[in-house]
Amino acid sequence: MALTPPLNPAAPPFQTRNLRSLCTMDPTNPIRRFAASFTGHAITLFARFITAVRADWRGIEPVRRQRVYFANHTSNGDMPMIWSVLPPALRRETRPVAAADYWLKNPLRAFVGGEVFRAVLIERNPEGRTADPMARIITALNEGASLIIFPEGARNMGTDPLLPFKSGIYNIGRAHPAVDLVPTWVANLNTIMPKGEVIPLPLICTVTFGAPLHVDPDETKDAFLARATAALLALAPQPARAS
Amino acid sequence: MTGTTVDLILLAFGVFGVLIGLTLLGEALRLRIGAHHSNPVIETYMTRIRSWWAMVILLSLALISGRTGVLILFAFVSFAALREFLTLTTKSQADHLALAAGFFVILPAQYILIGMDWPGLFGILIPVYAFLLLPIVSVLRGDANRFLIRVAETQWGLMICVYCASHVPALMTIHIPGYDGRAVLLIAFLVMVVQFADLLEYYFGRRIGGRKIAPGISPKTWAGLACGVTCAALIGGLLHWITPFGLFGAMAMAAVTALTGLFGNIVFAAIRRDKGIKDWSHLIPGQGGIMDQLDSVAFAAPVFYHLTRFFWSA
Repeated sequence: MALTPPLNPAAPPFQTRNLRSLCTMDPTNPIRRFAASFTGHAITLFARFITAVRADWRGIEPVRRQRVYFANHTSNGDMPMIWSVLPPALRRETRPVAAADYWLKNPLRAFVGGEVFRAVLIERNPEGRTADPMARIITALNEGASLIIFPEGARNMGTDPLLPFKSGIYNIGRAHPAVDLVPTWVANLNTIMPKGEVIPLPLICTVTFGAPLHVDPDETKDAFLARATAALLALAPQPARAS
Repeated sequence: MTGTTVDLILLAFGVFGVLIGLTLLGEALRLRIGAHHSNPVIETYMTRIRSWWAMVILLSLALISGRTGVLILFAFVSFAALREFLTLTTKSQADHLALAAGFFVILPAQYILIGMDWPGLFGILIPVYAFLLLPIVSVLRGDANRFLIRVAETQWGLMICVYCASHVPALMTIHIPGYDGRAVLLIAFLVMVVQFADLLEYYFGRRIGGRKIAPGISPKTWAGLACGVTCAALIGGLLHWITPFGLFGAMAMAAVTALTGLFGNIVFAAIRRDKGIKDWSHLIPGQGGIMDQLDSVAFAAPVFYHLTRFFWSA
């Protein structure tokens, strides 16, 4: 299975499997795989301890189907929360779509993003881009992965419950009409871990999965994005919707 | 093995007996409707019984392990309850540090002070020092919007989930002549009396009906309350051998404790209604959250603690 782009393009290509190679960046070696799986368990355990995070399968069943979970984005903790509430069998097949500049900043993030979450890393800044983000996403879908995406494109810092969606989700729905587009509302994380705070607050986080959407054959981009926004907003608890 | 441990094991087996009876009842009902059908009422009942088993086993182990075990168990119970409570209270980002201090400084400090047997300080840490300091921490961030509601709801959460709940393990710090080393039994007495009163009040209240105590808030009736408190007094009398209270003392303590707990339950029904929720969380399968279990115990514990100290301590 094709994994993330080379984590350190400057490193020489991996050649022989000797003792030293165990410490290299090769994601297939057993020690790194064990470390990745261990870190993954630690992250889900931490998420459960701090936020008692719980899934509300309101519109779908937790079964193995190819899906794109599209979620609201208020905190860097959003993605790990969704990832944590997925049953292990689903989690193994689900890859978050995340920003390359964030996840390749240092070796630790590269390890967590690339090997624990197996993120599909995309370059946000169009200048100096080496690959088209949509091509990366479509490749991952072609390989059979489910995805977690944040269609707002950036963390929502304002008082509006959602920012306008980017068109990516529409293009995904066009390219893969059979894949379920699942609205996913992460509640409370903006209070648990707001931007600029260091200590996470232990409050209860709920991840609600709504009924899946598909792009209708003759649906325009704007019409679909409006429908997707409404479907996601409908999952928010009352106060968030009112404000 | 000390006499206290033997008594605890006897008590645990007594409760296990009740639970085995309830489990068998559920299984019998399941058999009657046949393997191919499932009745949601019976399934809910069985989920509840399973959760009861887990809670009873956990509490028994903590009590048998002694002081440290009880303190750790209740510290985690407070943590989980406070998490449920503060999830629903009014707050803003300006309160972030104050709330974090509530969870990670005040809560552990309260239990450490109880562990250090320092009643002069654990009795005022939250009602005085947290009460004064946390609003200061909040106000430094400069957000006056709904300030009083924010600090008041936070303080209420700390009082109930930490201060009041911590009076259960604080029972171990009371020195009663001729009762040394047996104070964990008081915890068993308090928890059993309150929980059985809850269950029996529910059962009789639904059976008898009658005038509601707080219409529009809780389905509890005066008749159910009377039955619950009477049953609690009888159970307290049956359990008087584990207490220093004597037969009538144990009955009176049980009645007062149960009464406080049942009214605490109604207060929490009003809070749930105000916040528009049915349960506090989904942490305990079939029973809602930790707070749903803790409300009556948290109300009853300080009253039980102070009555015990006033009438029986040296």
